[in-house]
Amino acid sequence: MTTDLVIVGAGPAGLSAATEAAAQGLSVVLLDENDGPGGRIWQALESRGAMNAEDAAALTVIRQFRACGAAAHWGATVWAIEPDGTVFWSRQGAAHATRSRYVLLATGATERPLPVAGWTLPGVMTVGAAQIALKTGGLVPDANTWIAGQGPLLLLYTVQALRAGGRIGGILDLSDPAARWRAGRHLPAAALRFGGDLWKGLRWRQEIRRAGIQWLRASDLRADGDGRLQRIRFRTAGGMREEAADLLLLHDGVIPSMQIPRAVGCPQEWNHAQHCWQPVTDPWGATSIPGMFVAGDGGGIRGAEAARASGRIATLGIAHACGKISARTRDEAAASPRATLARLASLRGFLDHLYPPLPIRLKDATLVCRCEEVSAGQIRRAATLGCRGLNQLKAYTRCGMGPCQGRMCGTTAAEVLAEVHGVPVGEVEPFRARFPTKPLVVGELAALEQMAEHG
Amino acid sequence: MLRRPASGTVTLQVDGQAVTAREGDSIAVALLANGFTVTRATAISGSARGPYCLMGACFDCLAIVDGQPSVQTCMTPVRDGMRIERQGGARRR
Repeated sequence: MTTDLVIVGAGPAGLSAATEAAAQGLSVVLLDENDGPGGRIWQALESRGAMNAEDAAALTVIRQFRACGAAAHWGATVWAIEPDGTVFWSRQGAAHATRSRYVLLATGATERPLPVAGWTLPGVMTVGAAQIALKTGGLVPDANTWIAGQGPLLLLYTVQALRAGGRIGGILDLSDPAARWRAGRHLPAAALRFGGDLWKGLRWRQEIRRAGIQWLRASDLRADGDGRLQRIRFRTAGGMREEAADLLLLHDGVIPSMQIPRAVGCPQEWNHAQHCWQPVTDPWGATSIPGMFVAGDGGGIRGAEAARASGRIATLGIAHACGKISARTRDEAAASPRATLARLASLRGFLDHLYPPLPIRLKDATLVCRCEEVSAGQIRRAATLGCRGLNQLKAYTRCGMGPCQGRMCGTTAAEVLAEVHGVPVGEVEPFRARFPTKPLVVGELAALEQMAEHG
Repeated sequence: MLRRPASGTVTLQVDGQAVTAREGDSIAVALLANGFTVTRATAISGSARGPYCLMGACFDCLAIVDGQPSVQTCMTPVRDGMRIERQGGARRR
């Protein structure tokens, strides 16, 4: 049996796409690695319940999806997609193959790695990780926790953690003061349309200040300890400082999750405003790979509301390609989500300028590749020996060849090569990705083969 | 550290020690809630690692679950009676 559409990822983009696709009469299978709908931003929202108007609106999207009749598999990890539309996925150690005419990748974003000295020590995590622990398990930080980096998620998590009864030792603002001035240029356009959102950011800052949390401008951060994090060191205007810490949360914004688009072979482009790679798509989210579409933050970071809009737009494009709706119906239905995207563009421009990636000043000893334990110094040496791209770097150093397949080191390793060669980082060839994009055991593959022979 | 006041109804064995978790926790979240920050030692240098991204990307929270090695504990929900062993080389503790 061939389904019309497989959607990978059940965040805002995937859920909106599934609901729209079911409404257009397409047969849909939604696959997600988590144990329920919502992606990261709305993770466990059904069990947590709505705390504010934004949550309530998100719950409505989830409920509409629950009622739409699309098939969904939770705990389902996609590990390969064939050019003919066969999607391979595993759940609880059993592999499955789903044949489809169209695939929509709604795989969202990952946090931009922020490598500081000692970032591999247990007790150093990302802000996104702590937020997942809060949303799914109600875990809150205690006073020996420090948060470092920049970006809206850092502010949001801090406020959420404080409201949930958590405590925080201090916040290290690692951002570039000059970026504030550059972003100011985009402020009038953003303020005109998004007064509320900008105000929200200021209110978070104020709430953090009122809670008495130290907010320090810092640089040269390092994590230290014997087998686990015990203290952090950093430079402030007043010189080097040391603080006891058993949890350090790092954050430097988010970037599209490129593993599956790359493995499928989607052409990719460097987004100069957001300093990251993203798949090349047409206005409907279609890539140049036949039948393969992208929606949501995986196609470029625009946030949850834009993800919902782009999920609908891609589905309308797919419904038209399937022959379910005319070009005119498609275009008329897409007018409203397109207006949403246009409206959100000015806020994104402001945020992109306010939070450019933190300047990376890695010491030679700092690990870049966590899996294969390759340091910045090793990458610099490879570069001086003539290594110019990330795939070549694998042969030189094994950087990117561990189980994470370059997810954690790709952006940083490219920065290091660019720095040595004096070229823009967008000119450094990124890692190729190959299926399986997640490791699986041979038994899973063997069982799949038997299934194909017998069924 | 991350902490959680109330304990749950699910019981796990972590390196032989009984700990409680909540229904809906991933193994990694349950470990963190019980004060365990180390899940493995690396194969290369034997250095300690623990949960880092909690979203299935970094592969640092790998552990042995019911005898199966290299399980992504952040992507695996807890189940009553699960046995979790921290995996790795010389510095396994």
